[in-house]
Amino acid sequence: MFARLGHRYGTLIILAAIIVLLPLFFPTSYYLRVASLVWVSALAAIGLNILMGQAGQVSLGHAGFFGIGGYSVAIGPAHLGVPSWLAMLIGVALSALLAYLVGRPILRLRGHYLAIGTLGFGVLVALVITTESRWTGGPDGMSVAKLTLFGWRASGSEVWYWLTGAALVAGTWLALNLSETPTGRAFRALHDSEIAARVAGIDVARFKLQAFVIAAVYASLAGSMLALMNGFINPDQAGFLHSIELVTMVVLGGLGSVVGSIVGAAVLIALPQVLTAFQEYEHLLLGAIIIVSMIFMRDGIVPTLSRRFARVRG
Amino acid sequence: MPEFFQFLVSGLTVGAVYALVALGFTLIYNASDVVNFAQGEFVMLGGMITVFASAAGIALPVAALIAVGVTVVVGLLLYWFAIQPARGASAVTLIIITIGASILLRGAAQVLFDKQFHKLPSFSGDMPLNIFGAAVQPQSFWVLGGTALIVLTLYIFLELTVLGKAVRATAANRLAARLVGINTTTVMALAFGGSAAIGAIAGILVTPITLTSYDVGTMLALKGFAAAMLGGIGSPLGAVAGGLLLGLLEAFGAGYISSTYKDGFAFIVILVVLFALPQGLFGRRMIERV
Repeated sequence: MFARLGHRYGTLIILAAIIVLLPLFFPTSYYLRVASLVWVSALAAIGLNILMGQAGQVSLGHAGFFGIGGYSVAIGPAHLGVPSWLAMLIGVALSALLAYLVGRPILRLRGHYLAIGTLGFGVLVALVITTESRWTGGPDGMSVAKLTLFGWRASGSEVWYWLTGAALVAGTWLALNLSETPTGRAFRALHDSEIAARVAGIDVARFKLQAFVIAAVYASLAGSMLALMNGFINPDQAGFLHSIELVTMVVLGGLGSVVGSIVGAAVLIALPQVLTAFQEYEHLLLGAIIIVSMIFMRDGIVPTLSRRFARVRG
Repeated sequence: MPEFFQFLVSGLTVGAVYALVALGFTLIYNASDVVNFAQGEFVMLGGMITVFASAAGIALPVAALIAVGVTVVVGLLLYWFAIQPARGASAVTLIIITIGASILLRGAAQVLFDKQFHKLPSFSGDMPLNIFGAAVQPQSFWVLGGTALIVLTLYIFLELTVLGKAVRATAANRLAARLVGINTTTVMALAFGGSAAIGAIAGILVTPITLTSYDVGTMLALKGFAAAMLGGIGSPLGAVAGGLLLGLLEAFGAGYISSTYKDGFAFIVILVVLFALPQGLFGRRMIERV
């Protein structure tokens, strides 16, 4: 028990230390921006990993919630006169409510049927965003007002580096805690065997729904932060390819591993930036790297490496 | 009424392409349990290779043959170098591998070809035929006829040949198939090769109507996957029915209700169908043994 506790805080302290120390090595603010992108994506991936890794339910439409969060902070101030911070909270409430409502019927589906159900949900959200251009600016997207808190205006890559970094630490802390609660244990139980979990008295439908809502809230917050940071949003944020990207981050980093989601996000965000040096070969290499890492680290980067490390030590 | 036939024909034409993509999904899924998200890239390769081969002065039928051949090789390479080394990995790991493969193939097409849209000439002219007041492109008949031929060939192969029976045995129970002496590795390679061929032919048939570019695969994979799920995954009949139904839904939805929400109707119907029948229209009812 104490070892687990120590492990949990150890992870958090190392993460916080990395976030604090990293800017010392950054030559330009461009690196700050890329790192902030990693923190935001990692936040969404951690949420999705609670659903996929802990509760064992796949979602191929998660960018839908990301988009709802993003467009809330875009539409709120622009059309409804709602301040950004409130719009962000409204976005979270909206995502949670929607997840609760669609989650009930969708989570009855299993395996590949669940995949297509969630995929359909994501496509519909992206479609509404693209089509209702009076509100959303359509396919071209729209600009997002800067976040203002008590008269202080959040802008600049450095400010957003710290805001997103802090959000990631908080999100990581909650996710690590969650896996040690009865809820977290229930998630894992229904992941291992739904029927065994039900026999053990776990309300399977309720816990699946809980995991879905939690994942939606993470994605919505991440979407809001990204939109506020960029000062701009377009429907790609809610699109199918972004959903796939989030799933890839989770699986590449390691299903069920909170740290894995951060590593997965770092790889998928930073790698294309590095690969731009190879210009037109960028996608070819990205695809090849994904294939090779999944073949040689089939449980994901972090679980595979930590197992290998433990073996060397033991 | 002419409107109705117009939507019917265009829906069936698009639906036939979805059906072929879904059929490719089903073939690979049955043989190996892999949901292949690179299926749309086979369609893209079929179209793009034919376009560039015929632009290089090769006669269209020969160019089409080359395209099918090259795509089959790509399908086999995908199996040998990406799926086979990861055998035994979880379903979601294998899905990510095929997503990686689709990114890789899209990237390769970008480098080898270009990022423009390309068209092929229609196989038998562009004079539309008037049927019940609807103007039908002759190419639509090629798409529908080609699809029917592929479905028929696949049916005969699966039902009447020894190799086809080996494929069905592998789909039914891989371990039992291996026990009776079926080389399941060969069967899986065959599924990937055959699936690539089906995809490539779909791409060649439809390019004169819809154009092609390096990135058409994503949307097709999405629709094909949806069609396969609508029909019930693992059922070839379901895949074809699901594909045609999806095409019709889109055409009639776009025609009678709203063209901007065209992609939406299909998914709304899929969600409704799955809520009522969680295993798709033709899927087997699953019973979990404990």
